[in-house]
Amino acid sequence: MVTEVCRLTMRGIKKSFAGVKALRGVDFSLRPGEIHALVGENGAGKSTLMKILSGAYSLDSGEITIDGQPVTISSPRAGKELGIGTVYQEIELVDDLTIAENIYLDRLGQYGLVHWRKIFSEAEKFMRGLGFDIDVRQRVMDVSVAYKQVVEIAKVLSAQAKILILDEPTAVLTPRETDKLFATMRSLRDTGVSIVYISHRMDEVFAVADSITTMRDGEVTGGGPIGDFNVDRVVELMIGRKLSTMYPARNVTRGSEMLRVENLSGDVFRNVSFSLHKGEILGLFGLVGSGRTEIARAIFGEDGHSAGRLFVDGREINPCSPYQGLKAGISLVPENRKEQGLVLDMPIKHNMTMSNITSVSDRLGVVNRKRENALAQSLADKLTVKTDNIDNPVDSLSGGNQQKVVFAKWLNTGSRIVILDEPTRGVDVGAKVEIYNLMNQLVADGVAILMISSELNEILGMCDRTLVIDKGAIKGELTRTEMSEAGIMRLVVGGQA
Amino acid sequence: MSEHTKTGTQNAVDVLRKFLPVAVFAILVIISSFLSQNFLTSPNIFNLLRQNSATTIVSLGMLMVILTGGIDLSVGSLAAFSSVLFATLIDTRGNDPVPLGLALAFTLACSLAFGALTGYLVAFQRMAPFVVTLASMTAARGVAYMISHAKTIPIANELVNIFNKRSFQGVPYSVLLALIIFVLVALLLKYTCYGRFIQAIGSNETAVRLSGIRTSYYTMSVYMVSAVMCTFGGIIESRTGVGDARVCQGLELDAIAACVIGGASLSGGKGAAVNTLMGVLILGLIGNIMALMKVAPYPQQVIKGLIIIAAVLLQGRDKKR
Repeated sequence: MVTEVCRLTMRGIKKSFAGVKALRGVDFSLRPGEIHALVGENGAGKSTLMKILSGAYSLDSGEITIDGQPVTISSPRAGKELGIGTVYQEIELVDDLTIAENIYLDRLGQYGLVHWRKIFSEAEKFMRGLGFDIDVRQRVMDVSVAYKQVVEIAKVLSAQAKILILDEPTAVLTPRETDKLFATMRSLRDTGVSIVYISHRMDEVFAVADSITTMRDGEVTGGGPIGDFNVDRVVELMIGRKLSTMYPARNVTRGSEMLRVENLSGDVFRNVSFSLHKGEILGLFGLVGSGRTEIARAIFGEDGHSAGRLFVDGREINPCSPYQGLKAGISLVPENRKEQGLVLDMPIKHNMTMSNITSVSDRLGVVNRKRENALAQSLADKLTVKTDNIDNPVDSLSGGNQQKVVFAKWLNTGSRIVILDEPTRGVDVGAKVEIYNLMNQLVADGVAILMISSELNEILGMCDRTLVIDKGAIKGELTRTEMSEAGIMRLVVGGQA
Repeated sequence: MSEHTKTGTQNAVDVLRKFLPVAVFAILVIISSFLSQNFLTSPNIFNLLRQNSATTIVSLGMLMVILTGGIDLSVGSLAAFSSVLFATLIDTRGNDPVPLGLALAFTLACSLAFGALTGYLVAFQRMAPFVVTLASMTAARGVAYMISHAKTIPIANELVNIFNKRSFQGVPYSVLLALIIFVLVALLLKYTCYGRFIQAIGSNETAVRLSGIRTSYYTMSVYMVSAVMCTFGGIIESRTGVGDARVCQGLELDAIAACVIGGASLSGGKGAAVNTLMGVLILGLIGNIMALMKVAPYPQQVIKGLIIIAAVLLQGRDKKR
């Protein structure tokens, strides 16, 4: 074997957050000029590892070498100087500035003056070099999400990055834009840049990567040249079990119609119609920005809708606020539990009883503490929330347990229609299975679930039917027997043609 | 999870931090009693309490606004407005005065309407509380001058003067009122759904709204509560026997300072009634002891400012920022 100097080695990396082990001794290496896929479920530790590499987090123990030299990366700035560039999933551009300004934000000119001519011409040249012909004088807020992503990449590359970290860069891109990005990635690789490519999409991983590393629960579970792997093997390494045991089976017959949506239209979706029945889990699959979350919010009453009708149990409703949505018997587990689902510094028990405080308070609005404690404790036991005290702030829990508290809140309302927006995002594998079991139990009790997800496996494993949504419109419906990864992606891609 | 169980010392530190304003107040009392022999005499103590009863009441209303993450700059003006409106209504010089109960009810209603308008603009029109209450601060003071024609209005009503000047078993009535309101607010915040929700709204309004709670109504209501407190404060401030549009200048700043010294977070969600009361008393006591020691008024202000900074520094950094 030829010994070759690695571009990057990370050895024995450990990191804990408030006592929770996020990385338990991870080894990771990159060769010069390769595209290296890093895969794992949400919460596996991929992002934490990459944040340590980029300098956003400090490591607890372990060592990093770049081109054979030991380095300490104490800040994002230090990471940048070492040639490490990161493009995060969330776009972090200054919307009000032009594309060129964003690319050269930290070196706009000299003596506090902006060298307009220079940054415009260089930005233009740079973008063309990447294969994108675009007016760099446009403000970022005026271009599409896909182009914003490209601007992010350009910004990072223009700082002479030799290690490029791409965290789910294709999540918001169309297939054609994805192809273009892949071509850019390949040409960068051929100039010697090492690329870490984080993605959930197996087909893309196998299309573009040269090698792969899989992670689960803060540990590396496998890795090597991509040719040594196939999809089933990778998924197994990611979830630590065969796919078939991840999603518990259920045997529930579909009942009467509980929710009917007729030609619902809003700012980012139009003419959405479907019905949801008692005892079923209906999937709503779409990419970020497809309008899936907005549809859920409109049904719940958080956002308005411009046209269309909603029926619950055959009765028309017109919810104008979550309060009215809840009154109509609808619950929503929102996509971002820290910002939308929980009051983080409030005790676990107060979060659990929030949506139905009247269940533990008297007519004067005084909370009965004994009843509240008993109720919250029984919910915590039922959902196996791992805590030694329900008086602790909900902030002290891990992601999966926080999500269980959100579920408990809605369980306590007795809603018959439950909308779940990415219910297992940022949740570890064990808690995921518990949440799936809970969903099955709810359905068995006669609840109707609408589950929004961008994880194909989850949709395939849990749903009775799936609606595929793209650009605010429903592209098709697949029954259980028709559902497959290829079938769903075909509907998404079909929408692009 | 064992990682989250706290050690005994940590717990002690937490408790101390929680009730730090109480400790600071106690220490200040001890120091003051050494500094001046006149300090720990009952006339001085009751004088101190009487002087601060209006501020206490208004500060408790302010606390409820601050808990939701808002701010109410209009409290001083609303108190002055209440003072002159109430005095005008019971004025015996011209026509027949309005009966006392009716005058009080009408003043409260006007104040409530002011608070409701402010609260509506903040909660339903999503305007910044600072801006809205800055406007209502200017407007309410203007109305107060219009009603009084910039003159003081003598209060001849027997009952009002008894309330403002006499005492019950040695405790001035105004102090008694402040005490009752304090207990009510403390209970409200600790034991009721209402109290819990306004604190939760200050921590994370989105999450509370998405829990199916009508957050806008709660947000609007705290400005109404604050306005009611201003009416009480304004009438107490008429203790010199006149309604006056010039009273309570800068009361909003004292009330905010009291909340902040009492550990309330201006970004919302954090604060306690007892600590706000301590905030008022700490500020009042410093003024009192400096007056007893014959410190000139302008240096007094400088020292007050320094103490506000010190109190906030002691409480540690705000996690949210």
